[in-house]
Amino acid sequence: MKVMEGSGAIAEAVILARPQVIAAYPITPQTHIVEDLARAVVDGRLAAEFLTVESEHSAASAVLGASAAGVRTFTATSSQGLLYMSEVVFDIAGMRLPVVMAVANRALSGPLSIWNDHQDAMTMRDSGWIQIYAQTAQEAHDLQLLAYRVAEDPSVSLPVMVCVDGFVLTHAFEPVEPITDEQADLLLPPFAPLAVLDPADPKTFGAYAEPSIYTEARLAVDRAMSAAEPVYAQALHDLGIVAGRRYDPWFDRYRLDDAEVALIVMGTAAQTARIAIDRAREQGLRAGLLAPRLFRPFPSSEIREALAGVGRVVVMDRAVSLGAGGIVASEIRSALYGSPARVVGVIAGLGGRDVSIDTLERALRADTDAWIDAQEATT
Amino acid sequence: MNELHLIAPGHRACSGCGLLIGARLAIDAAGPNTVIANATGCLEVTTTAFPQSAWRVPWIHSVFGNAAAVATGVSAALRARGIDAPVIAQAGDGGTADIGLQALSGMLERGDDVLFISYDNEGYMNTGVQRSGSTPYDAATTTTPAGPFSSGNRHPKKDLIGIVLAHRPAYVATATPAYHKDLQRKVQRAVQMKGPRYLHVLVPCPVGWGFDPSQTIEVARLAVRSNLFPLGEWRDGEPVKIKKFAAPVSVDEYLRVQSRFAHLFAGEHGAKERALIQSTADAAARRYGLSIYQSVPVVAGQEG
Amino acid sequence: MKPLPAGLVARPGSSVENETGAWRTKVPKFLMQTCTGCDLCALFCPEGIVYRVDKKIYSFDDTYCKGCGICAAECPVADIVMIEDAL
Repeated sequence: MKVMEGSGAIAEAVILARPQVIAAYPITPQTHIVEDLARAVVDGRLAAEFLTVESEHSAASAVLGASAAGVRTFTATSSQGLLYMSEVVFDIAGMRLPVVMAVANRALSGPLSIWNDHQDAMTMRDSGWIQIYAQTAQEAHDLQLLAYRVAEDPSVSLPVMVCVDGFVLTHAFEPVEPITDEQADLLLPPFAPLAVLDPADPKTFGAYAEPSIYTEARLAVDRAMSAAEPVYAQALHDLGIVAGRRYDPWFDRYRLDDAEVALIVMGTAAQTARIAIDRAREQGLRAGLLAPRLFRPFPSSEIREALAGVGRVVVMDRAVSLGAGGIVASEIRSALYGSPARVVGVIAGLGGRDVSIDTLERALRADTDAWIDAQEATT
Repeated sequence: MNELHLIAPGHRACSGCGLLIGARLAIDAAGPNTVIANATGCLEVTTTAFPQSAWRVPWIHSVFGNAAAVATGVSAALRARGIDAPVIAQAGDGGTADIGLQALSGMLERGDDVLFISYDNEGYMNTGVQRSGSTPYDAATTTTPAGPFSSGNRHPKKDLIGIVLAHRPAYVATATPAYHKDLQRKVQRAVQMKGPRYLHVLVPCPVGWGFDPSQTIEVARLAVRSNLFPLGEWRDGEPVKIKKFAAPVSVDEYLRVQSRFAHLFAGEHGAKERALIQSTADAAARRYGLSIYQSVPVVAGQEG
Repeated sequence: MKPLPAGLVARPGSSVENETGAWRTKVPKFLMQTCTGCDLCALFCPEGIVYRVDKKIYSFDDTYCKGCGICAAECPVADIVMIEDAL
């Protein structure tokens, strides 16, 4: 057990995975992750080429090229960087390349904010990347390694982004039990790409698709997304056996069984939410928590089943689809369509605004959609 | 000779396409032990309509501006796998000078082991002949049309060679298919080197430039012979060789065979513009030590 | 419909299925009277389908010829002419 910075825990997982090409461009609050990896390369702990590219667009492009040429890769980014690379992000998924990325979740301009919310990754939810949200440094460490296993599974062959709250997770120090080399070898097989750029067996990657074929190409990505669910569940199951840490693949449940109100929130705020749940219970409100871990593919039926019998569901979004409300709230509403549950969508914790126990307690009592931590007088 | 070219026929390039001539000469010279990262553009679109591909070497296309960055990644991966094969990034002038410039500069500055070949048809031809940073001064394009208040593109052609040379890469060269031995020799030389290399190939476009498809090679020849496109080589940022010709032709010979310059041959304003273009060619000639076009003997005291 | 290869990876050289010869209105005629074997017709063909049969005899693959006329325009001894395509 070591006390590690969240970024360090992520970097250690990447070192265990042994990617051979890393390309990254610095952006707060991702920087410590890539700095730790650069140090590991220089110290001889990681036999990788670290490409100091000149933009995030080129970071994503370089790992796309390296992955297609047959090696394990890694990149990391946040916020504006994720948006800058977005056309390549979509392309990586469409090309079914198993690139793995860490996203240090941060707010989007404008206005500029370097602080934590989920807007960046939410904006990429349509991209065809598998999206997993970690709550703790330990989880980030474990999930970052397993991301490679899921991505590279031949029935999947899709990129994976592990989302970690900027600063709150990346820059906080927590106790972490690192995965050992032996455990990593048991959990992660060597990379065996489906197709490779190689003069010995030439292939063409990235041809264009006429209307007669484009739909089927996209459907194939959607099907690979579905195929990812059991692969991801098996990976977490094996982690439990090999390392003794068990995570529910879809979401954490806390005091949900007899809940009359369920709070749904992702990332580090889900840890604080447990305290708010306990306090609410002390005051006579039967509250429970459902904290999604896998966001893409969206485990719709599992969520619906878990919320059966809950009268009110409050979804706290740390992002917003401006003009349409909370993003996770909208997806939960769809998942619960036809059920008697009432869904309330609250927005909070944007741009690094602290999601306090108080905020979460107010969320639990929310009756109508609202930006519950906004100061109305200042708009 | 019934050789197997490394670009197969059945591609969808226009009849007489200069780009396909240049690209085929280049990849045939580079040989099968090559990996290509190609930007979006005419070359990519005409050769890879899924499920068909004209490429007989490993080839990858991602998006418009990232050919150099993809190539950098491919190069690193091949090194990691112990595969010794040159990596070529290919892009049109747009994917080099405009949207691709950042990635190109990054590749050059990092000293990555990539040969970047720019196929310059002086415009965004694939999307319908729009102006790029590489479109020459006064050329009519669909976004810089000539008209009563315009003589076409107002901006001078971007000095890509100058920009590339500022990075002091291992090797830089200019070429065009009309001088095919020169082009192939430069490609062969470049693929055997390490480090960042850049080859700029002028490829006339019958559709975009406005000439009969049978004239593609002749137009390329005139571009060189008029000094508008000198054929040079530079190593580590310094000039090493320039191809010299005995008697240059006037730029008018080159301009008059392309309808994108037709508006320069009607009236006084056009004549002034052509004189400006001639002075550009003369400046290039002076810079590279080439013969300057002489129309009539200059009388002392009456120089321009 | 056949299952798509993951990521739409395409087979090398499969463009040969696309018979671009259907595009043309003119076609080259190799006179084979003054040919010097310079190879320029083969080098300059954008389709790459002009080829040497013997030292001074060239032919072309009419499955793909688009009739651009570059071979005829560039032949230094005018041994190739473009004629109307019979089709």
